[in-house]
Amino acid sequence: MINFEYARASDVADAVRQIAGDPGAKFIAGGTNLIDLMKEDVERPSRLIDISRLPLNKVEETADGGVRIGALVPNSDLAYHPLIEQRYPMLGSAILAGASQQLRNMASTGGNLLQRTRCYYFYDTATPCNKREPGSGCSAINGLNRMHAILGTSEACIATHPSDMCVALAALDAKVQVIGPAGERTISFADFHRLPWDTPQRDTNLEPNELITAVELPAQGFRTNYTYLKIRDRLSYAFALVSVAAALELEGARIKEARVALGGVAHKPWRDALAEGALRGQEANPANFRRAAHMLLRDAKGFAHNTFKIDLARRAIVRALTQAARGTPQSQSNKKIR
Amino acid sequence: MARARTVARPTIPAPEKTSIVLVVNGAERPLKVAPWTTLLDALRDYLDLTGTKKGCDHGQCGACTVLVDGRRINSCLTLAVTKDGAHVTTIEGLAKDGTLHPLQQAFIDHDAFQCGYCTPGQICSAVGLIAEGKAKTVDEIRELMSGNICRCGAYPNIVAAIEQAMGQS
Repeated sequence: MINFEYARASDVADAVRQIAGDPGAKFIAGGTNLIDLMKEDVERPSRLIDISRLPLNKVEETADGGVRIGALVPNSDLAYHPLIEQRYPMLGSAILAGASQQLRNMASTGGNLLQRTRCYYFYDTATPCNKREPGSGCSAINGLNRMHAILGTSEACIATHPSDMCVALAALDAKVQVIGPAGERTISFADFHRLPWDTPQRDTNLEPNELITAVELPAQGFRTNYTYLKIRDRLSYAFALVSVAAALELEGARIKEARVALGGVAHKPWRDALAEGALRGQEANPANFRRAAHMLLRDAKGFAHNTFKIDLARRAIVRALTQAARGTPQSQSNKKIR
Repeated sequence: MARARTVARPTIPAPEKTSIVLVVNGAERPLKVAPWTTLLDALRDYLDLTGTKKGCDHGQCGACTVLVDGRRINSCLTLAVTKDGAHVTTIEGLAKDGTLHPLQQAFIDHDAFQCGYCTPGQICSAVGLIAEGKAKTVDEIRELMSGNICRCGAYPNIVAAIEQAMGQS
């Protein structure tokens, strides 16, 4: 780890002021990803601004029937919060599918959104990586790319976003509230993370001088027909090869509303308006689920070691939609997939 | 292949060490730490509490697990300076008046280790697990202990030890 300075932010305004005054500075909350990246010499901040004591740690109901999650609510507290367990169980399930309880106790809501890819080459400073060192090249495209993306890739980067929580937040149409020198603004979840294009060094549309203050959930939580299905190389404590957050609103056997978000397959949680639209008004049956899966993956492109993900994702989508329709969400402790 | 990182970066001089106080196993411990000193290094190197182990040093193995304000965390990914004023419990703080903590006794009863390197982290993690109260079944114990790796593979006995201690709590 390189030498750096440390300062504590006294309030939100002070945090924004401090980051504006030092372009090399970074915020630290849980630090679970940032400290690791600093040990690997991938992140090299000149100063850490400690926001962990700011009063952004509440989960509260909003006037429009939704829930507002403070940016500093730890992942574990969020997963087990009564409002989340009762009204947004898909979010709780996705959180518990990721990391370990120790890490979830440390990691913050805002930090989870900002965690960086676990692409091996991004972590290995001896190899070229456009995300770490723009213009140096992508080692993964012709390298070991078993974990990498199959959707929305570019010639510059085929990294995936590692979060489970974000896949559920994407499916739930969450919004991200941020504050910067110009004041507050709200970013829809779909617009928060970016595709790599030719600027893979930018994971999100958050400006470097902005601070996430909260994540807001709309009223519709899909508490009855949902699942979070995560497929990985070992049963626990591993990043997704493919994950699916699936949520349905049913009227009898018919689908009134459908959400499908994929993790482990792209630079951001992957949603497809066309595929979700095609499910609306249809009967919740395997044929329609297969059709939706096919649409979601119509532009999927594999690389040397990850072509298997296309078939895996197709089956996982069908299985997840089946679990959601039946109202039998995937257990995150008994890993048998039914 | 192109060589990565060709630009030298300016070195930031070491800042003054910061004075902090940690309440470790019930005792106030004033410390002077650099910003980059992890809680793990502070415990081991400055306070001579070497029961907490450094395994991977990247939050992947759980050997460094301690309780901060009652919650289990990875001390290797925690900067000591950010925990100024916090209550820290390590493996050295679990036994009371010469009597082992029920989890320590259960690990002995069930032979829940071989080399023992992961054991302090396993036990501190299990203390956190029981305090959380979320694990009711063996599957849930396994899942919620997944952040603690045992390369000797003592998992079945670790789970049995935790079950025993849960039954007593």
